[in-house]
Amino acid sequence: MDFEFSQEQKKFREEVRDFLEAEIRKGTFKPSCDAWIIGYSPEFTRKIVERCWIGLTWPKEYGGQGRSYIDRLILAEEMLRYGAPVACHWFADRQVGGSLVTFGTEEQKREFLPKIIRGEAFVGLGMSETEAGSDLASLKTRATEDGDFFIIDGQKMWTSGGKYMNYIYLVARTDPEAPKHKGISEILVETKLPGITIRPTIDITGSEAWNEVFFDNVRVPKKYLIGEKNRGWYQIVHQLAYERSGMERLMANYPLFDAILKFARETKYAGKPLAQDSLIRSRLAQLQVEFEVGRLHMYRVALVMDEGRAPDWEASMSKVYATAFEQRLASLAMDILGLYGQLLGESKLVPIMGMAPHSYLGSKGYSLQAGTSEILRNIVATRGLGLPTE
Amino acid sequence: MNLALSEEQEMLKQAARDFLSEKCPKTALKEMEESQEGYSPPLWREMAELGWMGLVFPEKYGGAGMSFLDLAVLLEEMGRAALPSPYFSSIILGGLTILDIANEGKKQEYLPQIASGEIVFTLALTEADARYEAWSIKVKATADGDNYIISGTKLFVPDAHIADYLLCVARTKESAKAEDGITIFLVDAKSRGINCSVLKTIANDKLGEVVFDQVKVPEGNILGEQDRGWPALERIMQRAAVAKCCETVGGMQQVLEMTVDYAKERKQFGRPIGSFQAIQHYLSNMATDVDGSRFITYQAAWMLSQGLPCRKEVAVAKAWTGEASERVVALAHQIHGAIGVTMDHDLHFYTRRARAAQVTFGNADFHREIVAQEMGL
Repeated sequence: MDFEFSQEQKKFREEVRDFLEAEIRKGTFKPSCDAWIIGYSPEFTRKIVERCWIGLTWPKEYGGQGRSYIDRLILAEEMLRYGAPVACHWFADRQVGGSLVTFGTEEQKREFLPKIIRGEAFVGLGMSETEAGSDLASLKTRATEDGDFFIIDGQKMWTSGGKYMNYIYLVARTDPEAPKHKGISEILVETKLPGITIRPTIDITGSEAWNEVFFDNVRVPKKYLIGEKNRGWYQIVHQLAYERSGMERLMANYPLFDAILKFARETKYAGKPLAQDSLIRSRLAQLQVEFEVGRLHMYRVALVMDEGRAPDWEASMSKVYATAFEQRLASLAMDILGLYGQLLGESKLVPIMGMAPHSYLGSKGYSLQAGTSEILRNIVATRGLGLPTE
Repeated sequence: MNLALSEEQEMLKQAARDFLSEKCPKTALKEMEESQEGYSPPLWREMAELGWMGLVFPEKYGGAGMSFLDLAVLLEEMGRAALPSPYFSSIILGGLTILDIANEGKKQEYLPQIASGEIVFTLALTEADARYEAWSIKVKATADGDNYIISGTKLFVPDAHIADYLLCVARTKESAKAEDGITIFLVDAKSRGINCSVLKTIANDKLGEVVFDQVKVPEGNILGEQDRGWPALERIMQRAAVAKCCETVGGMQQVLEMTVDYAKERKQFGRPIGSFQAIQHYLSNMATDVDGSRFITYQAAWMLSQGLPCRKEVAVAKAWTGEASERVVALAHQIHGAIGVTMDHDLHFYTRRARAAQVTFGNADFHREIVAQEMGL
């Protein structure tokens, strides 16, 4: 057992921190919450590309660095700590690339992995539909074979990637006759193909983070089928473990945590810093306790990935835990700010850039996206604890 | 012991519900929130015609002479509809204060106009410290002949930008005890030196920053006793806290019903999600929170209505209801899934209002301290 990082890992963390602090000083970005979802900056992504920090864990032969998931976690942790605008490349880096590495053909790996690593492929996830949320396997978007093509018809919802995505990682039905789990395939689709319409959804924070994507007779070359036809369900389950695993589930609002601690130290109430108020003190300390527990959950997940296994129940456990923590963080920040917590980012007199109400509203979605906490608890119970399914 | 509404109260409730569901669909709410006024003046006039503004004022002032408990029923329906309006500001903060402490002349001058909806009042209370404690009142009112000169800034003043009159809570005398030396002034909003800007808030409810720059107010505009305004202010805050709870209860009830409906309709895995045990437990928890909030809120409203001392009961109600509403909203979001986290859906109206209500007129910690005092701790 060893809770210390190696010298190389410590150096790597410092390297990332130094870079991010320099960029902040230069004014490249301002730390913000949810930066991995709404922090779109192709310019910032280019700088990450220059450092070869996309595809850290992918094989060197495709342009990756062949490094460990712990290293990737260190990188992600610092990006999130500083609220850096990584949204353009995040999804491709976090899970799409990994899926290609595991299931893709040689041709697909050679085409896409370098593109992702060079920051040229921004990939949105086309999974959920209006009638296929938690029951993803009931999805209806059709991919019908026509010679060397698939014809895609249907509609996806909650697709991340905004107006920057140039690819969608699509999960579609290739065999409507088969039982639902056995007729699904994964296809990588260029968003500029004719027949694709993207319509932003405005979420409760007022952001256009998610999109409806309509497919009307879209012709996609069959060579972009990822892995095996009709085995998509088993592939996506693997990818979902990676989607759920990340530090962003614990640290998407880290800038808020930092800011509220600073606020509590610096703001006085009846002549005394808020941080000296025993109630506030205890609650902030409790958040810190919960954060430290959460961090170790995250590292455990990374270690499972380094063993070569998809962390199905472990990532479910860590996401349920961490997203609940983030909701508590936002709620406590609102409590500490009192009446001022009502003020939105653009308001006069707003404290800490309006991060508190933004996170309060936005965090409602954390326990829903990428697997609701209810579904994930089922996974912990059945896959982790071996409890019987119905 | 009887937890049922009277027949009259049931009728008031149903009439209010029917009216608001017809007049206040969610498309209208969006428009009202985004408008400069923050409410619909035509709808306000219709509410006035229904006698809502005058509900609790004695008939001799143009009111219906009904009780605070009757008012609670109406407030709950307004909360259910998520109605944005200056009702709370004008009736609860303005009208009931005048009824409580103003002299007869002022009652005759202002109450009929408040009751008819012609004029809007509000209360300028909180300042930069954003607290509901006496020491945080620092806006000064200095005597100058027959007038007082008020200078300072009030924050989070509801509907300040459209109010005709502001009840301004100011310090007229420095004392060893913070509670001494506080006076409530009736101030014409058109007075020279008043500058109001609307703050951008989570509930989009037009809270104002009001700067008083040497505002001259005749000493005849003091409501109640000079320097001894604190006891009246405590009563104002009690009524306001309970009224806020009533609105919150209405909102929670609507959220519960909306979520039950969704759980029955939404199918995943071939069955309504409301048939899953986890969802059923959540809804049960929500219902428990809603009913408990209603009971505890109406207890305080009833005691206020009866004129019984209820410092503890008010604090218990406000301490409970705010946090209960946060739990209810959280579970509603969880059950609605992604659709509930969009601006297209209705849930956000309630999420945002509940959050604002939690901190208005004292959050849970503030009221728990009062409960602790009442417990003799």
